[in-house]
Amino acid sequence: MKIVVCVKQTPDSEAKLTAQNGQPSWGDAPLVINPFDEYAVEGALQQKEAVDASVTALCIGPEAARDALKHALAMGADEAILVSDPALEELDSAGAARILAAAIQKIGDADLVFFGRQTIDNGTGLVPAQVARVLGWPLLSLVGAMTVEGAEIKVERTIEEGKQIARAKLPAVLSIMQSVGEPRYPSFMGIRKAGKATIPVWTLADLGIAAPAQAVWRAELLNPPAHDSHCEIIKADSPEAIAEALVEKILAEKVL
Amino acid sequence: MNTWVYIDHFNGQPAPASWEALGLAKTFGAATALVFGQNVEALAKIALEYGADSVLLADDPALAVFSPEAFTSTLAALASDSPPALILFPTTSRTRELAAMLAVDLVTGVLVDVTGLELADGRVIATRPVYEGKLLEKTTCSASPQLVTLRARAFPKPTPEAGRAGEIKKVSAQAGGAAVIEGFVAGEQGVSLTDAGVVVSAGRGVSNDPAEGFKLVAELAAVLGGAVGASRAAVDAGYIPYANQIGQTGKVVSPDLYIAAGISGAIQHMSGMRSSKLIVAINKDAEAPIFQAARYGVVGDLFTLVPALTEAFKKKLGK
Repeated sequence: MKIVVCVKQTPDSEAKLTAQNGQPSWGDAPLVINPFDEYAVEGALQQKEAVDASVTALCIGPEAARDALKHALAMGADEAILVSDPALEELDSAGAARILAAAIQKIGDADLVFFGRQTIDNGTGLVPAQVARVLGWPLLSLVGAMTVEGAEIKVERTIEEGKQIARAKLPAVLSIMQSVGEPRYPSFMGIRKAGKATIPVWTLADLGIAAPAQAVWRAELLNPPAHDSHCEIIKADSPEAIAEALVEKILAEKVL
Repeated sequence: MNTWVYIDHFNGQPAPASWEALGLAKTFGAATALVFGQNVEALAKIALEYGADSVLLADDPALAVFSPEAFTSTLAALASDSPPALILFPTTSRTRELAAMLAVDLVTGVLVDVTGLELADGRVIATRPVYEGKLLEKTTCSASPQLVTLRARAFPKPTPEAGRAGEIKKVSAQAGGAAVIEGFVAGEQGVSLTDAGVVVSAGRGVSNDPAEGFKLVAELAAVLGGAVGASRAAVDAGYIPYANQIGQTGKVVSPDLYIAAGISGAIQHMSGMRSSKLIVAINKDAEAPIFQAARYGVVGDLFTLVPALTEAFKKKLGK
C-alpha cells in the first residue's frame, strides 16, 4: 500500500503576523510544517504500522520548503518530493489541486492521499476536495479514525452534527483531524535520516502540465482594525457585587 | 442581478447561516435559493419566507444523504444551463466540499469563510481572515460564477415573512456518491457553537474540579441561551469533548458575547474567538493575555464568580 501525504510550509502559529506593503511578514519566526499537516503525517505513519504501507510526503513550494518535507521524513515518512517551479509563485487552491493531482499521478499507484484539515496561512480548506475531484477519487474529509479493509477504507468523520461512519473504495483522498492522535516527535535517528535524504524536485515540465490559470486573487492584505484593547477590570467587595456590576455593564453594551 | 444561494441542511435541518446568505443576496437584487435533498420541499417554502424570489428544488433519493460528488454534479449541471454571476453558500463542513468541487467543475474560484462582501459592477470584493485571523485579506474571483462561502453570524439574518410565496421549480438530480455513510452518532444536542449568539467557555482554570467547573459554565450558558466552548487545554485534559474546542485546531466562533472563564488566552485560542462582539474574561491571573482581548475582566475564582454571574443574569433577565 502506498500513502501520499500532502504538506505545506507555513509560518509558525506562535508567529506575530503583520501586513507590510501588501505582503505578510512574520519577522524572525520560523517556517514550519503546517500544524494540521503533522496530524496527516501521523495518520499515515499509523497506517504504515498497521498495514505495511510506504509513505511519500509531497509539497509544493520554494526550495526552502524542503524543511517541511524533512520534518515529515524525520517523523518516519519513507520518501519526499518537492514540486517547485518559478511559474507556481501565485497559485489558488484549485490550481494547487491540479498540480498535486498531477504529481500524485506521476508518483503512481497511490492508494490513499492524506491532507491536514486546512492550512494556517490562507486556510481555505478547499484543496483536499479539489484534489479528489480532479482525480475522480472518493473524498473522506474530517477523518479522526480509519481502518483499511481490503480494497476499502472505513473511517470515522466528525461533522457539525456528530460523528459519521463512512466507507469508500481505494484509492481515496482523506483530510485528517487532530483526533487521529498527537503527532510523534522526530526521533534522533529520524532526523539523521532526513538530513541525508535526497529530495527530488519536480518542475511543471516534469509533471507535463502548464501552470494552471488563476481565478482567485488577493487584492489587499490588511492588519486587522486596532482592537479596543482597554480592558475594564470590575472590582467589588463580593462575588455577588462583582457579578451585578458586570451584568449591568454587559447589558449596557446592548449585544444581547 | 440574480444571486444563487445554496441552502445547507442536515436531514432537513437548515444551517441558520443559509438565511444570512439569503439576506445578503437580497441586498444585491433578486435571489434564487438552491434546495437539494430528499423530502425537502418544506425547506424550499421556508427559503421563500426568508426572501428567496424563487427556488430550484432537486428533491431526489439520490440526494437523500449529502455527498459532495452528487451535490456538485447537480449544481454544476444547473449552473451550466443558466450561469449565475454569483453563488453564495453558508460556510459549513458540507459547503466547503461542495464549493471546492464545483470550482473544479466550472473552472472558477471560491472565496472561503468571508466576513465582508462588497459588490461593484457584478464583481465581488470579499474580506476574509487569513493567518488564523491575525490578518485580513480582500480577495476577488476573476472567473464565473464567483463562489463565496460566508462565515456564520458575519451577516444579518433576515426576518421571515410567513406565507410569502414564490416559484418552486423542480430540477433534476445527478447521482455520484463515492462514499457510503454506514452510521451516524449525533453529537450533544443544544445550541450550535458556530451559530450561537452567546458562548461561555472554560479552560485549564477548572482543573481543581473539571466536572463542577463545566457544570457551572453550562448553567451560565443556559441562562443566556448560549453554547459551551472550551480551550484546547481543557479538551486535551479530557474535561470536555473535542466538538467544544474553540481555536486554531477547533471551531471559529463570533458570538455577540463571549465569556472566557479560566482561559489564559493562548494565541491558538484567540484565533478562534477574536471576532466576538463583546469579550468578557474571568481569570485568577491578572497578567493572563486573555485580558488584552477582553472589554471587561474580573480577576478572581471562576468557581464563585460564574455561579454569581448566573444568578445576577437570572435576576436581571427575569428568569
